[in-house]
Amino acid sequence: MTSIGTGYDLSASTYSPDGRIFQVEYANKAVENSGTAIGLRVKGGIVLAVEKLVHSKLLIPEANRRIQTLDRHLGLATAGLLADGRQLANRARDESSNFRDSFRSPAPVKYIADRLGSYVQVYTLYSSVRPFGISTIIGGVDQDGPSLFVIEPSGVFFGYHGAAVGKGRQLAKTELEKLKLSDLSMREAVMEAARIIYLVHDDSKEKAFELEMSWIGDETKGLHVPVPKDLLAEAEQKAKAALEDFE
Amino acid sequence: MDHFPTNWGRPRNDAFDAYGTYPIAQRPYNGPVTDSFSEGVQHTQQPIVTGTSVLAIKYKDGVMMAADNLASYGSLARFKDIQRLHPVGNNTVIGAGGDMSDFQYIQAMLDELMIDEFTEQDGHSLGPSEIHEYLSHVMYSRRSKMNPLWNSLIVGGFKDGKRFLSYVDLLGTTYSASTLATGYGSYIAQPLLRKAVEGNEDILTEDEAVRILEQSMKVLFYRDARSLNKYQIAKITADGVVVSESRSAETHWSFAEGIRGYGAQTQ
Repeated sequence: MTSIGTGYDLSASTYSPDGRIFQVEYANKAVENSGTAIGLRVKGGIVLAVEKLVHSKLLIPEANRRIQTLDRHLGLATAGLLADGRQLANRARDESSNFRDSFRSPAPVKYIADRLGSYVQVYTLYSSVRPFGISTIIGGVDQDGPSLFVIEPSGVFFGYHGAAVGKGRQLAKTELEKLKLSDLSMREAVMEAARIIYLVHDDSKEKAFELEMSWIGDETKGLHVPVPKDLLAEAEQKAKAALEDFE
Repeated sequence: MDHFPTNWGRPRNDAFDAYGTYPIAQRPYNGPVTDSFSEGVQHTQQPIVTGTSVLAIKYKDGVMMAADNLASYGSLARFKDIQRLHPVGNNTVIGAGGDMSDFQYIQAMLDELMIDEFTEQDGHSLGPSEIHEYLSHVMYSRRSKMNPLWNSLIVGGFKDGKRFLSYVDLLGTTYSASTLATGYGSYIAQPLLRKAVEGNEDILTEDEAVRILEQSMKVLFYRDARSLNKYQIAKITADGVVVSESRSAETHWSFAEGIRGYGAQTQ
């Protein structure tokens, strides 16, 4: 990178002469090294799926979850530094709880995305801190139905029908674009999400991975919960079968 | 204890610092507390909008509770559509007598507690015994601050094949029994409930349990001037929590004509 050695990348509080903040761009690199995470907004709900790379066989299965629950109706999946994801999830829980305290109703997904976006952005302003090394997919079902947002290390956030972050995001996005998301049922979305995660996983470069999935919507009475074991197993089996057809 | 050595034994001394040039740091104040706002801090000294009795019994399949829909403002029947049986999670119901605003506060507090547990996603959830234990600590700590939550609460539940029924009040007092009643009900209904339920906890069917509570709610309505003939019944079983729609008991008041001070008086 041309920026190396120019001195403009030493602090998140310094612009380069052409108006970039290199520390934020490096944070994006941290995201790109991480296993893929995707989110689907479909008819009646949200499905989140993560390709969790398992770096050691000694780890207990299902350890180091990358999908977290923020509130009854809110879930979050991260790609990037795992610990940053935990920090952001804790902040999100506080925000959600504060909203409940103030208004005696569950927080809209957009509100949480907005608050977290501002929180992440603050970490791009000071030389004393480092920007978040995560891209975050927030999904939830509120008064206005399901919604899905992605927050990037710069603090910007956008709403999506389908979102993908992390290593395999390019391929995942093209796969998501092929789907008619607004017509999918939640169960169909679980199958598609599993298929996409298996598809983007690079067997030659990466070691083993675990598929982690959660959903929120009609099927779960509006609660953010992990996809049930039997459905997950079925989705994985179909994903593997689809992968063999693909090759 | 003042932990700042520069403060020790050194009031400002004109003999060597006549003009007060020696930097005096912002010192912590260690004297008696003078809170100018202390007059403005008020603690609950009496309940305002109140609910009356809650009844609860154990029966064959679980626990059943009853409470009417009235929230009184003194002797005025102010709100007639208040639900005083509140489900917490999938295995617990809390019934409250006493101050209704404090009860609403407790509902919000427990909601937050349940969300905190839910977000852990560790496969565990709080059951009736944990909720009762938590409430008892909250109630006792508030009474110890001379600022009680003015309620008497009954916590009923069913989890892991076990029935749970316990009481906690504004003092933090707790007890359990196979029949419980708060407020006026503890005088009027409790003896009736005991007679019907004690020894029969494993025999009583759902229909019988409903009938016992209906009978007691009717007697309470006849006797308790702060009660309403509109109430709900909650059952907590292995299938979870069901709080019924409001219902009423059939009552007859023809006898009242003969009561001196009620009907038309001849003399």
